[in-house]
Amino acid sequence: MSAFWSAWVTVITLAVIFGCTWLLFQTRKSETHKESTDVTVGHVYDGIEEYDNPLPRWWFQLFVATVIFGLVYLALYPGLGNFKGLLGWTSTGQWEEEMQHAEEVYKPVFAKYAALSIEDLQTEENKSGLQMGQRMFANNCSVCHGSAGTGAYGFPNLTDNDWLYGGEPATIKQTIINGRNGGMPPWGSVLGEEGVRDMASYVLSLSGREVDPDAAQRGETQFQALCTACHGQDAKGTQALGAPNLTDDVWLYGGSFEAVTHSIRSGRAGMMPAHKDLLSDDKIHLIAAYVFSLSND
Amino acid sequence: MSTATEHPTYNYRVVRQFAIMTVVWGIVGMAVGVLIAAQLVWPALNFDTPWLSFGRIRPLHTNTVIFAFGGSALFATSYYIVQRTSQVRLFSDGLAKFTFWGWQAVIVAAFITLPMGITSTKEYAELEWPIDILMGMVWISYAIVFLGTVKNRKTSHIYVGNWFFMAFIITVAVLHIVNSLVIPVSLFKSYSVYPGAVDAMVQWWYGHNAVGFFLTAGFLGMMYYFVPKQAERPIYSYRLSIVHFWALIATYIWAGGHHLHYSALPDWTQSVAMVMSLILLAPSWGGMINGMMTLSGAWHKLRTDPVLRFLVVSLSFYGMSTFEGPMMAIKTVNALSHNTDWTIGHVHAGALGWVAMISIGSTYHMIPRLWGKAQMYSVRLINAHFWLATIGTVLYICAMWVNGILQGLMWRAVNEDGTLTYSFVEALAASHPGYFVRWLGGAFFLTGMLLMAYNTWQTVRKGSRAPLVDSAPQTA
Repeated sequence: MSAFWSAWVTVITLAVIFGCTWLLFQTRKSETHKESTDVTVGHVYDGIEEYDNPLPRWWFQLFVATVIFGLVYLALYPGLGNFKGLLGWTSTGQWEEEMQHAEEVYKPVFAKYAALSIEDLQTEENKSGLQMGQRMFANNCSVCHGSAGTGAYGFPNLTDNDWLYGGEPATIKQTIINGRNGGMPPWGSVLGEEGVRDMASYVLSLSGREVDPDAAQRGETQFQALCTACHGQDAKGTQALGAPNLTDDVWLYGGSFEAVTHSIRSGRAGMMPAHKDLLSDDKIHLIAAYVFSLSND
Repeated sequence: MSTATEHPTYNYRVVRQFAIMTVVWGIVGMAVGVLIAAQLVWPALNFDTPWLSFGRIRPLHTNTVIFAFGGSALFATSYYIVQRTSQVRLFSDGLAKFTFWGWQAVIVAAFITLPMGITSTKEYAELEWPIDILMGMVWISYAIVFLGTVKNRKTSHIYVGNWFFMAFIITVAVLHIVNSLVIPVSLFKSYSVYPGAVDAMVQWWYGHNAVGFFLTAGFLGMMYYFVPKQAERPIYSYRLSIVHFWALIATYIWAGGHHLHYSALPDWTQSVAMVMSLILLAPSWGGMINGMMTLSGAWHKLRTDPVLRFLVVSLSFYGMSTFEGPMMAIKTVNALSHNTDWTIGHVHAGALGWVAMISIGSTYHMIPRLWGKAQMYSVRLINAHFWLATIGTVLYICAMWVNGILQGLMWRAVNEDGTLTYSFVEALAASHPGYFVRWLGGAFFLTGMLLMAYNTWQTVRKGSRAPLVDSAPQTA
């Protein structure tokens, strides 16, 4: 802040504090009665009078005490414009100090587990590492994936060993580090409404649901032409693309006829945010180990 | 000069209108509050309707209780007090009428726009710009009526209650206009003219002074009339009122930054806000002492007069929350309390315990006098209302204290490895019993308001028509 604004802040801050203090002392000095009195100041408003009582002593002292505290605080800490305060304290400095302290105390705890592979972390003697992963999952991942990792509408269940991008330890870690963008294009304009419903019938039949066989047959023809590039000839999906397996009765956006037609007609866009700038490598390592454990214990 | 209704001098019509709407909006605003409190216990109560979702009707609750209920109480009492203590009719009947209908229109507009999701997103200033303009016009008219009446007064001095009303009216006008400066992009959408951290600071300068001037200075004006009047005792100390008035308005205006501790706000702004908040303790307590000590020699009246009890208990809650506030403004305490239910508890200690109780007591004092009745239809119902309100407030604030400290401690707890011990949802689950008790407290308070409505209705319709002793102005 410029010298002008710094002076402005300093002057009006002190003017308010000293102004109040001046009024306090001035009023006390001019008291006509030093003890409790029945004398009024002489005004009457709608029958209300006012006593000329002195300021209560303890209240006066309380006022003075808060003013002294305030002035001492403003001498020690930044407050009066550009004046930094005698202690040299800043909120940034305090934060850096606390972060450095945390780094020193906690880094060795994480380093111990960072040296182990995700498979090794599944063993009984490394249980506390997995627990750390579980806690970090609760605070960073559970908003979408649920406290137990069982997912929600649009957010994959991580406990069912059904993987969109693959469940290998390295793949899970990649998913957390860089995030994922899952895109299902909309087919409504290509297929038309009839075509969308035929396609949905076929897709649902792949999971063994009862559908109109004629519609499913028409849908299959279109499926082979349009969908196999991502979902595969056998409709079992392609993990490299994040295209889901359509034969296992696991539905990210719901498995009702309406929900599936909506997915085909309008497409879907799923997004797992990248965490590389939010969490350290060592932390991601333990979260990945925990996620891996959800399907492998 | 026999009864108030026949009094030729004063404009009681607008006072009666605002007094009735105080009761009506009190019930409506608190009912919305009880509904959103219930939604936090039983989330299904939003019925999957966007118009009833918590995010939309929470601002409706705050706007209704602050501006509709509190505002109507302030209009009613300030018009009543300024006429009686200045011994002159309101400056302009026409403008006074406009303030009534204009204010009601603002509230109806809030009830339409907020559930539709039309909001400026600034807390306690959510209404969009066209409504803000109407609000500003009403407020300036209010200032003209009030200040004009004070100017025309037949007394030599201005009564202390009117100092507080003047400070409240003038400062709220400045706060409302500065904080509401926006660039409109359509009839229902606008963007603040302030950027980032400056916008946050302006918002909390407004927000905290909405508390300091709307919900404190204005209600102190109310206190300075109805406490001595109901107790029939002189004000304890004129000197004390001078010091605490000037110190209160000089320091309150600085305190808003304490809402932004540990944020992007510069360190110096946070420090100054904290220091001023602490210095604010004594000026705040000055008002409480002046009210409480006015009762010396009249304490026995508390046994028989539930109206006086409302007024005195409101002062106790005022003293308690103005002690709590400066403590919460200390940065190290704020590090625990910030964003927890403690803040909500603190606000309601002030809002239910102080603002609502003093308004209720004042309204019970005014109603029979405004309609020329000897007293309220039922004193026993006032007594029942008093206990419902007191128990409701205590349940509410205790639940929020427990929840707030619980949340603050759970959020900051860390394991040996530095990870957080509890996830957010665990702290939320632990808060569930507190949310139930809070809902119960709110329901108690609302039930009391329903008794008040019945009592008021019966007083206005029936009551006893015996003439009142003190309805005529008493002159010096």
